[in-house]
Amino acid sequence: MKRSGPRETPTPRDPMADTAAGLTRRSFLKRMGLMGGGLVVYLTIGDGAGTAMARAPRQGFLGAKVPSDFNAFLRIGADNRVTCFVGKIEMGQGPITSFAQMMAEEMDVPYASVDVVMGDTDLCPWDAGTWGSLSTRYYGIFVKEAASEAKGVLKSLAAEKFSVPVDRLQTEKGTIFDTRQPSRRVSYGELTAGKLIERHLETLPPLKQHTAYTISGRPHLRRDARVKVTGEALYAADMRLPQMRYARILRPPAHGARLLTVNTAAAEALPEVEVVRDDDLVAVLHPRPDGAAEALASVKATFDLPKTGIDDRTIFEHLLQKAPPAAVAAEAGDLAKGAQASVTLLEETYLNSYVAHAPMEPHAALATVAGGRATVWASTQSPFSVQREVAGALGLPDDKVRVITPFVGGGFGGKSASAQAVEAARLSQRVGRPVMVAWTREEEFFFDTFRPAAVVKIRSGLDAAGRMTLWDYKVYFAGRRGCENFYTIPHHREAVHGEWRMAPGIHPFDVGPWRAPAANTNVYARDLHLHLMASLAGQDPLAFRLNHLEDARMRRVLEAAADRFGWTALKSPSGKGYGIACGIDAETYVAAMAEVAVNPDSGHIDVKRVVCAQDMGQVVNPQGATIQMEGCITMGLGYALSEEIRFSDGRLRDRNFDTYAIPRFSWLPRIETVIVPNPDLPPKGGGEPAIICMGGVLASAVYDATGAKVRQLPMTPARVKAALEAVG
Amino acid sequence: MGKTLQFTLNGTPVTLEVDAERTLLWVLRTDLALTGAKYGCGEGLCGACTVLVDDEALPACQITIGEVAGREIQTIEGLARNGALHPLQEAFAAVDALQCGFCTPGMILKAYGLLISNPQPSRAEIVAGLDDNLCRCGAHLRIIHAVEIAAAAMKGGRS
Repeated sequence: MKRSGPRETPTPRDPMADTAAGLTRRSFLKRMGLMGGGLVVYLTIGDGAGTAMARAPRQGFLGAKVPSDFNAFLRIGADNRVTCFVGKIEMGQGPITSFAQMMAEEMDVPYASVDVVMGDTDLCPWDAGTWGSLSTRYYGIFVKEAASEAKGVLKSLAAEKFSVPVDRLQTEKGTIFDTRQPSRRVSYGELTAGKLIERHLETLPPLKQHTAYTISGRPHLRRDARVKVTGEALYAADMRLPQMRYARILRPPAHGARLLTVNTAAAEALPEVEVVRDDDLVAVLHPRPDGAAEALASVKATFDLPKTGIDDRTIFEHLLQKAPPAAVAAEAGDLAKGAQASVTLLEETYLNSYVAHAPMEPHAALATVAGGRATVWASTQSPFSVQREVAGALGLPDDKVRVITPFVGGGFGGKSASAQAVEAARLSQRVGRPVMVAWTREEEFFFDTFRPAAVVKIRSGLDAAGRMTLWDYKVYFAGRRGCENFYTIPHHREAVHGEWRMAPGIHPFDVGPWRAPAANTNVYARDLHLHLMASLAGQDPLAFRLNHLEDARMRRVLEAAADRFGWTALKSPSGKGYGIACGIDAETYVAAMAEVAVNPDSGHIDVKRVVCAQDMGQVVNPQGATIQMEGCITMGLGYALSEEIRFSDGRLRDRNFDTYAIPRFSWLPRIETVIVPNPDLPPKGGGEPAIICMGGVLASAVYDATGAKVRQLPMTPARVKAALEAVG
Repeated sequence: MGKTLQFTLNGTPVTLEVDAERTLLWVLRTDLALTGAKYGCGEGLCGACTVLVDDEALPACQITIGEVAGREIQTIEGLARNGALHPLQEAFAAVDALQCGFCTPGMILKAYGLLISNPQPSRAEIVAGLDDNLCRCGAHLRIIHAVEIAAAAMKGGRS
């Protein structure tokens, strides 16, 4: 059976084949060997002006360890195929396609001749992790620079070969020809064949202008679709090695529970079972996953269970009590003056429940540790972090650990943390065989790094002319992203009490980044509140926003959304069920409008239509960008309508899809997307922005439909009914 | 343990020495190395492990291997013939009806089961027919479109 991972070159099956790490010259040579020959053109890059460093500084936590040598990013085969190496991973968001477009475009090679290798710590240049809608807007420039520079070196090689000046040469479809004598032509593969060349380019060639693009900016279908529709695409849990064991690990029934006693005698008596106890880690191993599950069921354990008194209803009071002092994200004017200038004040509190990532693929990792080396196939968004964590857990140097990322079955931030990889590596080291740790759905929920429960308090004011004079905004534990105001309000302050990251004594379980962290909560609160303010001012909610908005990009996306939606001025609640939300995320501007109907008897919200307009600067793959918008809108229905983790005393009530409801086919509204062209702006984020509007656009639509203020997400039927009853 | 079971797998007869109580999903994935059917929930709640048993789309995590004795199993690995994609596979790829791809094999087989029993489903029937299969990436509208395209291409046949 044919097997393949996201790399279109074969996955190395021998885990001991290579463990070089770091993109040193030695590792390029190793990579050549590992990938079955082929040639690499060498370039010695200094640190001064005129190098790639000058064009995209490798600074800060995102870029500091990214190599500046273009060889880290590409390899030209003698067969003229170009392999693009990136430290990012493919989890459905589509960079396997867009990186190939960028590489092909800048190198002048056919799109189909580019292969993409992702997320392999031995083969790929270092990367901080795949999150934050950074792949195209940040890492993309490294790929484009590498391609551009490689093309420049190839031209200088061709100039020598033909004994003509470089400026007489042109590149075309992976070849270089003499413009005065076009029959003089050489392919990239021929130029690199048989040679190892080190060359320093004194002057970097400029990157192409977008107006010259023929590959970037054009819609491309997913290049991994074929292997995904045939079942050939491999995910971490699909990996197999001889003599491997499947592990199941003893888990506590609640967060904060302490193991008191454990009896593994019955498991040990089962055939083929191996029991491992390593400090806190109690695991059963078996040649088959169902055998391991059976063995685990026979383990008897008792736990000391915590009594915290905190549950999904009391959590908000708890959070407010534990809130740290404010970090002020932005402020202007004087809140007291703003209040004095107001004739109408509106003060509201908005709540968000904990939300799970719930990717369809639970975390999984296969690890093999032997001879002072480790190889781990992991479903992760952060292969280089996993490398460091595994090395730390095993007591190995980082460069003795290789992490390979197969296709990842969805992440959404939840696979930024990959504890399963360390578990698999520890067990493999202990038993001397490859070990698979594939979390069950219950484990996936239990160990998720949830989107934090959060509170937003807004106090705002209007003057007699219906203009906003005051915006006093406090967000507790959602985080800063997306809280800043882009409306013109003379007296405002955005105060951030606690971030979305784990903090001691705050959350009853782990929290972490959830697709567009913080922004979903902030935009929900802001846009529902703005809708209520417009209503108090007696103004159309779109006109109200535009009256307070000078930012031209935001006005454009709002107007584009209104145009597609067919927005007509209304005074909310109009009964039409129209909502609006907009925001800035990953430097992308996004606006959404929605139409809902609310069943007054059941409290059920029927989302009929969502229109979303987005200005994301230059777009590498309009097809992929559109699909990300559709995916964001669909996924966002969940946190807006149904998704929340219910719990008490550290015990989760929702641990599978029977009670944790994610969006289904029957929930889908009509979705229309508009990409507002802005090609002169470098590419901005695309994987997250459209999701930030979903809470706000639906909550404001519910208000417009019924006058009900649903002040907590998700807007479950019970909460909608309660809000309807408050309207009377 | 050690019962001899026979069934048809992707058109080929298979004989296995296996405990009849074992779950079909794990026998497929582990013993038979067919990893296209995915574990997603273990309780028949997500559809990622959907296979066809005598043309009926069922979650392989809810069936024992003993229950399929003498029956015909179809997995995603057997859908393409001689390298040619099935119309459903073609349609999914042609309209990008997938992102991460983890739910895709189960989704395609669920749709195949639907089209075998109802070759020209309405849009509402497609939605109802696929509603138990979960997709987290949000490819739903494209999946519906892909099934419509495939239904038209199959013209009531199986391929």
